[in-house]
Amino acid sequence: MWEMKPTRDAFGEALVELGRANRKVVVVSADLEDSTRAEYFKKQFPERFFNVGIAEQDMLGTCVGLSLDGLIPFACSFAVFLTDRTYGVLRISICYNNRNVKLVGTHAGLTVGEDGATAQSLEDLAVMRVLPNMTVVCPVDAVETKKTTRRIAEVCGPVYMRLGRAPYPILTKESDAFELGRANVMREGKDLTIIACGLMVSESLKAADALSQEGIQARVVNMHTVKPLDEREVVRSAAETGGIVTAEEHQVNGGLGGAVSEVLVRNCPVPQEMVAVRDAFGESGDPEGLLRKYHLKDTDIVAAARAVLKRKKS
Amino acid sequence: MNARCPDVDALRQKARQLRRDLLEMITEAGSGHPGGSLSAVEILVSLYFCKMRHRPEEPTWPMRDRFIMSKGHASPVLYATLADCGYFPREELKTFRKLGSRLQGHVHAGVPGVELSTGSMEQGFSVANGIALGARLRGVDFRVYCLLGDGEIQEGQVWEAAMMAAHHKLDNVCAVLDANGVQENGPVSAIKGLEPLDEKWSSFGWHVIEVDGHSFEEILAALDEAETVKGRPTFVIAHTVKGRGVSFMEGQAGWHGKAPSREELKRALSDLGFQT
Repeated sequence: MWEMKPTRDAFGEALVELGRANRKVVVVSADLEDSTRAEYFKKQFPERFFNVGIAEQDMLGTCVGLSLDGLIPFACSFAVFLTDRTYGVLRISICYNNRNVKLVGTHAGLTVGEDGATAQSLEDLAVMRVLPNMTVVCPVDAVETKKTTRRIAEVCGPVYMRLGRAPYPILTKESDAFELGRANVMREGKDLTIIACGLMVSESLKAADALSQEGIQARVVNMHTVKPLDEREVVRSAAETGGIVTAEEHQVNGGLGGAVSEVLVRNCPVPQEMVAVRDAFGESGDPEGLLRKYHLKDTDIVAAARAVLKRKKS
Repeated sequence: MNARCPDVDALRQKARQLRRDLLEMITEAGSGHPGGSLSAVEILVSLYFCKMRHRPEEPTWPMRDRFIMSKGHASPVLYATLADCGYFPREELKTFRKLGSRLQGHVHAGVPGVELSTGSMEQGFSVANGIALGARLRGVDFRVYCLLGDGEIQEGQVWEAAMMAAHHKLDNVCAVLDANGVQENGPVSAIKGLEPLDEKWSSFGWHVIEVDGHSFEEILAALDEAETVKGRPTFVIAHTVKGRGVSFMEGQAGWHGKAPSREELKRALSDLGFQT
């Protein structure tokens, strides 16, 4: 089985490395640094760390001000607060002004678990994806989270990085290529393609294993960058395998599945099924139980794959 | 009176001329916000022609004092001021709000001299504080000015920012409130009253100064005083008149966001003492 590690822990570690390498990196928190792991940075570089209190709009505005004279601010909070309490600031102060602010939302998705629906961010990919100038990344594991953290500090402009609370399986190696906007094929296959991000990539790999028992060869693509989407890979996979399943820990509307379908319909329409939360709020529960109840498990991906194959034949 | 200032008569002439410029811009555009632009003229003249260290020929001079126009809809007064300072040709004012122009309807960072695009109320204040925090971190000594509208401070983010600046003792921040008392649909006091304003801001940890926002002597004295305050940001409550200088616009909510006709422009310029 896979080694496990929370992506937020990897983020905290990478942030410290970044702080050491680049004095321009500053961190602003809305009082959740213990949970987001931004406190690792706070301990090492207290003079470059600011807790603005429970005030997410002010956190982002402060970051914009810090960025105006060349600092590289990381705003850290839970994905749900970072994106749902701040939309106007995201839109005007950050995106319209195209400011170099890095937005890190942890505790995304259903797997935040017992806190329930109010804390389970299932809309953030859609909300962030629609904003001009914004880059949206959802790393697959702790290793990729470190690479992403380093990389987004180098690119200019606003970036949203979506991380989880629970440990994620480690699926990649330090030596694996990583480029923003370039998908990674995790497993080759010819019968259909599963495109997933974040935690759902591991479920997709499990699903591909199960499908292979039935003689079905599923390609698995890690679409870590939701925007800009790797359209070339989407079109290539659609053309070569003839069917797509998307899988995300997010609402079915407007997220990765929506982004993929927008590309398919313009370039290479093939049958697509979406594994995602079906336009509903979550609830309290253990992460595994929630994934099962809301149909985000490997078995759900297998079922979606069968539906795609059926539509391919008809 | 500040040593770098020309005499007050010259400032009054500058204010009169900027009122003409901004009214002509709005008339030419056929839309825009005259009321809250006219109320802020003396504040901007005081800042740009006396108080702020800035170089129109070098808009990104690192040591410049920063100005953030949080009430971004009052773009005409800022654009007219910047053009007069020489940040861009005055001719360009005619392109205000027109397709392809840098002079977007609300304050736009594409215009030389503008630090931040604003226009959605309340957002500029947090950014001003962030600039000040960054300056202190980098050990750079400049001041950050932020202009807010009184209707604007009904928004919640303003109070998040108010607490933040006081908590972090940002004494390099000076916020100026254009307290013209009127918002889009009527008097601020009738819609959601702000009083007691001075006590609110004092209790939030700010050094508060109240001035007549059309008196250069009082505005400049307040800005000078703000520079001497240590350990606290300063909040200047500038009592102003919405639509100041144009008889039929003064105190009228109806002129918050409406352009004068050519005929009304003539009457307005006549009020300001221009031959028409």
